[in-house]
Amino acid sequence: MVLLTMMAVVTIGVVRLRNLFAVVILGGIYSFLMASVMIMLDAVDVAMTEASVGAGISTVLMLGVLHLTKMEEIKPAHTPLLPLFVAVVTAGGLVYGTIDLPPFGDPSGIIHQNVAPYYLQNSITDTSAPNVVTAVLASYRGFDTLGETVVIFTAGIAVLLLLKGRRPLPASGDGKAKSRTRRRRRRK
Amino acid sequence: MAAFQELVQHYNSWIAIFLMVSGLYIVVARGNMVKKLVGLGLFQTSVYLIYLSPGKIIGGTPPILSDQYTVYSNPLPHVLILTAIVVGVATLALGLALVVRINEAFGSIEEDEIFEKDVEA
Amino acid sequence: MKFDTILRVGTKLLLPFILVFGLYVQFHGDYGPGGGFQAGVIAAAMVIFYAITFGLDAAKRAMPPILVETLIGLGVLLYTGVGVVSMLKGGEFLNYSVLEHDPVAGQHIGILLVELGVLITVFATMTAIFYSFAGRGR
Repeated sequence: MVLLTMMAVVTIGVVRLRNLFAVVILGGIYSFLMASVMIMLDAVDVAMTEASVGAGISTVLMLGVLHLTKMEEIKPAHTPLLPLFVAVVTAGGLVYGTIDLPPFGDPSGIIHQNVAPYYLQNSITDTSAPNVVTAVLASYRGFDTLGETVVIFTAGIAVLLLLKGRRPLPASGDGKAKSRTRRRRRRK
Repeated sequence: MAAFQELVQHYNSWIAIFLMVSGLYIVVARGNMVKKLVGLGLFQTSVYLIYLSPGKIIGGTPPILSDQYTVYSNPLPHVLILTAIVVGVATLALGLALVVRINEAFGSIEEDEIFEKDVEA
Repeated sequence: MKFDTILRVGTKLLLPFILVFGLYVQFHGDYGPGGGFQAGVIAAAMVIFYAITFGLDAAKRAMPPILVETLIGLGVLLYTGVGVVSMLKGGEFLNYSVLEHDPVAGQHIGILLVELGVLITVFATMTAIFYSFAGRGR
């Protein structure tokens, strides 16, 4: 509960700060707090992934991009009243929805009645892997994981396509020409 | 007293909702592209929290089978979220690559400045 | 940072342990927390660490980009290959029970191979993404 409150505080910092470097570092702190919360929720595999991916790789990539672009965010031109209103209304609706949720940590919740008991009872006789998460990930839902791997593959190829090759000269007609064709296409 | 109990029982969901709404607010209200991506990340992690919270059983242990324990938390959300995190970082990298290209084409990552330059061209 | 002795020696000391930890996470994934996704990210973190301390060119010499780009495809190929082999052996796609005479042993091998495919793809993708972002700076 303390960790969750700390996460909320960090989030307020992320929203309010305008220095992007600080925002990215706060994002790393946020990821570590999230990983701790996940350990409290018994999700050790997920916590490990979040700590290495969220706090490690994402932060490094963000800092790399900040090195290529600007560090400071400009002041927003219009007032944030409308987005604030939308956000508050959404939050209100969602909180209203939580009232009907089963209480936290209740073993008789609906989520614990379906396939989860089957996995917990049979995974060791089916696959000999005591870690049920690995058994479900690689064996019972192997098709799913294949899809995930292909998504990562595709994203990697897309990044390579976007960033490999020579850098265009700054302020050349290249960007303008591209945007013009894009707009023409939109008009059609 | 009833209100306090409600708070304890749904504290996880409410914090998750707060995180989600902050992410939404950043994405809508801020013009800076890197900040928008951080906001998307907030939104995404709040969904992880929403998924993982109901899977926890009080008194349960992580779902690694052993003779000493009988109550385990639900492994299914863990599997879903595990893959979601890695796919999340892959898509984040794709977004950042687009930001870099936009910065090279327009010399800015602020939405308003990009719109101005786009109208000029 | 290239001439800072403490950083260079410290990095060299840490690198093998990071790799060993990554492999432990990979192959112990059946018994404890871990698996291909985490191990891939940890291994990629090792390359990134090396690149930050010794410079991008040294990292590219140790881990050539062409190799990394080949590995991206190889991981997916290994994963689908396991599926196709299990299909050829008379089971369904990705049904590992037919890989060995004993279904449980077959499942074990299948899980290990599939996780290896995930490890290779995640490691190579993360490294390739880092290379392309870092190489853009100059």
